[in-house]
Amino acid sequence: MVQRSPAARKQAEKFPTPAKMAVTLHVNGVERKLTVAPWTTLLDALRLHLDLTGTKKGCDHGQCGACTVLVDGRRINSCLALAVMKDGAKITTIEGLARGDALHPLQQAFIDHDAFQCGYCTPGQICSAAGLIAEGKARSADEIRELMSGNICRCGAYPNIVAAITEAMGKLKQRPSEDGGP
Amino acid sequence: MNNFGYARATDIADAVRQVAADPEAKFVAGGTNIIDLIKDHVTLPSRLIDITHLPLNRIEETQDGGLRIGALVLNSDLAWHPQVETRYPLLASAILAGASAQLRNMATTGGNLLQRTRCFYFYDTSTPCNKREPGSGCSAIDGINRMHAILGASEHCIATHPSDMCVALAALDARVLAIGPGGERSIAFADFHRLPGDTPHLDSNLRADEIITAVDLPPKGFARNHSYLKIRDRLSYAFALVSVAVGLEIDGGTIKEARLALGGVAHKPWRDRNAEGQLTGAPATRETFARAADTLLRGARGFGHNDFKIELARRTIMRALTQAAQGTPQSQTDKRVSGNVR
Repeated sequence: MVQRSPAARKQAEKFPTPAKMAVTLHVNGVERKLTVAPWTTLLDALRLHLDLTGTKKGCDHGQCGACTVLVDGRRINSCLALAVMKDGAKITTIEGLARGDALHPLQQAFIDHDAFQCGYCTPGQICSAAGLIAEGKARSADEIRELMSGNICRCGAYPNIVAAITEAMGKLKQRPSEDGGP
Repeated sequence: MNNFGYARATDIADAVRQVAADPEAKFVAGGTNIIDLIKDHVTLPSRLIDITHLPLNRIEETQDGGLRIGALVLNSDLAWHPQVETRYPLLASAILAGASAQLRNMATTGGNLLQRTRCFYFYDTSTPCNKREPGSGCSAIDGINRMHAILGASEHCIATHPSDMCVALAALDARVLAIGPGGERSIAFADFHRLPGDTPHLDSNLRADEIITAVDLPPKGFARNHSYLKIRDRLSYAFALVSVAVGLEIDGGTIKEARLALGGVAHKPWRDRNAEGQLTGAPATRETFARAADTLLRGARGFGHNDFKIELARRTIMRALTQAAQGTPQSQTDKRVSGNVR
């Protein structure tokens, strides 16, 4: 069991445990109803409540990007979002990018370019890259690097990550997805 | 994370009512700072009042030709708004110099103003910190203080304000609109954040029962001659050691109006009217820039590890002024620092 700090113990005595709340999330096209505490992060809701463990917990402080998911089409750090604040939102995780057995162009490009070693940051990298492509602001490798700086790769696979995103960006621009999704 | 309750504000009056009724409650919007502070036990709210459903997410022109930015406008939406890109590129540049794409997609305009310092002692609840626990002492003054203030610090606190966006807003003479139980008021940006003095637990002059509703930009955006130059330990996704926002109005080589604000060096975005006064009416030359930098830094003081920031600030000021005068603002993508100081 986690040791609670004196401040946290004081907090627990002062404030009674608030009631859990019902939340509906549309995750990878499927409506999911769950009951969570107010302090449950979107990351923990995905991993612990919905068993979608593709999204990774790295630093849990918004500093590494491993937890990146798309919420209503935009990339965010799910570790700093509260699930109760995303009630009704459309969420895309790494599990939602492939179409059946057909990998998403970004997933295929990451394989083709050997854009990972340990793979722990990869779901976040790919979701972040999907968000980057949807934003449409990156045109050069420099711009990809700058707009991907929120995703840390401890293995240092950055050159191959940029190459993979560059290739997938070209393919996705030529052939936008039919449903407008990532 | 610690227990806290959750409530949704239905309108602005409801938000003010809820926060006024519970001194332990806090607003939450983007959550990028407060959720982190709760995880680290630095802030322990009884409940969070979710204000994200309030109608404060618009950017609209004001009657005087300026721009009103709703408090809930996301940092990324603000930086990439066509009006901001063309008329206020200094603001767009400063926003894009901060945080990451994911965080900018979450963080709001109002929240950016109210984010807390990233002083590591403030975050470490096992150490004394006057900002976190008034009267307990400052661990940074005799501790690891490489990131800390060189201007306007006190014996009680040498923390810095971490925002990039606010440095540009200070340079642009923005105003902050707030609503409380007593009605609405408009606060000049220079009067919004505070110096630490002997009350470092107070970051700003916003009252606990007030909510920021908007930030107003005056018509003048210094689009032709501006630069935001941020110097940090890595090229992206790091807080500033020193950052400089410059806006100049130049006519025939002579500076007609000058704005100069620094980030990463003080408890608030740092402006010096005397330094700006020295630039005004002077030729846009290295000598002029050096004189202004010396004036701005005349009271600067280091605390050991951060002594280097005084000379770094002097050079960053001169380089940013040069970039602005030459009409070649610092790119936030190409990290080579342009604008040789001749």
